Amino acid sequence: MAGFDKRVSSYEEALEGLADGMTILAGGFGLCGIPENLIAEIKRRGNRNLTVVSNNCGVDGFGLGLLLEDRQISRMIASYVGENKLFEQQLLNGELEVELTPQGNLAERVRAGGAGIPAFFTATGYGTQVAEGKEVREFDGRNYVLEQAITGDIAIVKGWKADTYGNVIYRHTAKNFNPLMATAGKITVVEVEEIVEAGTLDPTEIHTPGIYVDRLICGTFEKRIEQRTVRA
Amino acid sequence: MALSREQMAKRVASELKDGFYVNLGIGIPTLVANYVPEDISVMLQSENGLLGMGAFPTEDEIDADMINAGKQTVTARTGASIVDSAESFAMIRGGHIDLTVLGAFEVDVQGNIASWMVPGKLVKGMGGAMDLVAGAENIIVTMTHASKTGESKLLSKCTLPLTGAGCIKRVLTDLAYLEIENGTFILKERAPGVSVEEIAEKTAGPLIVPDYVPEMAV
Repeated sequence: MAGFDKRVSSYEEALEGLADGMTILAGGFGLCGIPENLIAEIKRRGNRNLTVVSNNCGVDGFGLGLLLEDRQISRMIASYVGENKLFEQQLLNGELEVELTPQGNLAERVRAGGAGIPAFFTATGYGTQVAEGKEVREFDGRNYVLEQAITGDIAIVKGWKADTYGNVIYRHTAKNFNPLMATAGKITVVEVEEIVEAGTLDPTEIHTPGIYVDRLICGTFEKRIEQRTVRA
Repeated sequence: MALSREQMAKRVASELKDGFYVNLGIGIPTLVANYVPEDISVMLQSENGLLGMGAFPTEDEIDADMINAGKQTVTARTGASIVDSAESFAMIRGGHIDLTVLGAFEVDVQGNIASWMVPGKLVKGMGGAMDLVAGAENIIVTMTHASKTGESKLLSKCTLPLTGAGCIKRVLTDLAYLEIENGTFILKERAPGVSVEEIAEKTAGPLIVPDYVPEMAV
């Protein structure tokens, strides 16, 4: 009996059930805190026509950029893209559809999705292209735009440490979108650097409680740096 | 003389107050961090979730898990905290940031700002800019007064797609510091050695020029 033990034994098992046409929620900001092995597994599986929700789309040859190589992504919801040539090319060819969403809206839409809130009003984007076709309502003399929640079929998340029950802790700014994505997937898969026995982590320090986590796997990570900057 | 990028950053830095939480955009705004007066302490917010951004790391300190919103490796300063992206933007959208400094392509007299779509280039996205301009009460826009071909960036109406509507009240250019009120730019300060006439000529939108326009201290 597995009980609350969320561990799976392989990446293959971690993404079992992922099918063509599904929506994937991916944590990470740039290349920081991305579920790199789960992304590689999606590439290996070869699923197509995927909608991917993530702040960015990786770079050529790494992160979500890998899924562009075999044209697995048909739709991308992101706040900033185009760090990769392949992305640009597929966008211009019409092979890839992109919904650009303000970063705060993206985060809040996913948060709302995970919290059972179907939509919310925000001042962000009022009077811009982003608000076109959306309901606008005035509160206390200011205009707000109705934004809809985002949920997904599978959330892929990168944590630092987890216990066997799927309680997750993130490290530094590798947290970013990860805890949000974890709440909004029908199936949430978390890969971490270390799994410890349940009862080892301090309950007050858990970022993502195991209730959100369906599958947990331990991996090794390259952690590529996008902009290596040092002081003299 | 028009202000250098460094002088613009220095002028903006003089708006900082002790205990401010500040978000600095990419470009000239980033340079503001180099001119924080020594007798005050400010906390820099980076919208990927770092409140209390420190200096760039040394070679030994580099950590792939510690970056800023420009995806550069950074460190965290004393008293820093790290949050997820929704909470980071809750700080911004909830009006908790004391000062936001960001660049732009155009600003107009209605307080509209265009800063995310470069004409003729592939659109890469707005990142957090739309949230920042809509959420912050106190925003300073930094940009050159006119384009390289001499076209004014201070307009009656923005021509490029907007980042935000009616949210900008203060603009620092390489020539002047201006405020926006009741559908007009108001010239508040001029760069040392720059004439009121030159500023007026390079301002396409309505401009009020007070009798006395002091030179900036930079």
